[in-house]
Amino acid sequence: MEEKSKNKFSIIVPTYNERLNIALLVYLVFKHLRDVDFEIIVVDDGSPDGTQEVVKQLQQLYGEDRILLRPRPRKLGLGTAYVHGLKHASGNFVVIMDADLSHHPKYLPSFIKKQLETGADMVTGTRYVKGGGVHGWNLMRKLTSRGANVLAHTLLWPGVSDLTGSFRLYRKSVLEDVISSCVSKGYVFQMEMIVRASRKGYHIEEVPITFVDRVFGSSKLGGSEIVEYLKGLAYLLVTT
Amino acid sequence: MQLCLAHKWIAEQFIIANSMKHVVKILTLVVAITAFWIGLLQTSVVPCSHTWLLPIYFIVSLGCYGLLMVGIGLICFPTCPQEALLLQQDIKEAKEYLKRNKIDVGSD
Repeated sequence: MEEKSKNKFSIIVPTYNERLNIALLVYLVFKHLRDVDFEIIVVDDGSPDGTQEVVKQLQQLYGEDRILLRPRPRKLGLGTAYVHGLKHASGNFVVIMDADLSHHPKYLPSFIKKQLETGADMVTGTRYVKGGGVHGWNLMRKLTSRGANVLAHTLLWPGVSDLTGSFRLYRKSVLEDVISSCVSKGYVFQMEMIVRASRKGYHIEEVPITFVDRVFGSSKLGGSEIVEYLKGLAYLLVTT
Repeated sequence: MQLCLAHKWIAEQFIIANSMKHVVKILTLVVAITAFWIGLLQTSVVPCSHTWLLPIYFIVSLGCYGLLMVGIGLICFPTCPQEALLLQQDIKEAKEYLKRNKIDVGSD
């Protein structure tokens, strides 16, 4: 109980043109995390739609110590967005989630609870177990996802069920350690993070999450993504 | 003394295995299986004609395993249509709250 009271969670949310979603997300985070010390760090990559103005209004409402706006001048990639947000994080735990509400803040308490129960260094949200799930994917998307998963599990033996999900909680020092050795981009970045964390011997736990794709078909995988994925897999085989 | 040395050896092997790149681990496995197969060929415990076909069986069964796993994964793919409805409710609730607090998120 004592440990619970001194934990602070920094939620890093990279955004690009998410003026509506970031406001919805902030409301839902505050709704679901009532007795927890946390801050939301918005890393906005110079959205032209006024995302930053909305975040400033939210700061007025919730307080500038609870919502931190740490913008960057232009689109600089997801991996470096986390590094950037991490520099400003004051919590001893860091949560990484997407701004588009495919990751629902209602799962945050289960991440925190799992960490507290197990003392894990990293808690990762998984869509592929009981209680988890995906909505809004067509058959082709499901097929590529399953194929990619079986391939990665056969070759890498990572010990976790969902490699490419990006809804995760890290001990801050662990995220700093792992992220410094990651170089990949896109889907492979999430996979590299968890494989490296697993190889370094960090304690990883999983909680079920659901993933709702609101823009139907937005996350379809093309041929170039599949090639990138296979290259990433080969890269992880020889470097981890 | 001997036991102590054995323990140390095992510990060392463990450290080596841990620091091995993953591709080396897989190659080691492949080499071990190949060595076993050559051993079978040399000693002819089972008829040679069968032993020659073993690698093909191995590759075919590996392929079957992959297809089976993808198939099972597809059939049991967890979906959550009710979550999409719940999310719509949450979005509505959030929009009302934001409107009350005069946060302009646009018309969409």
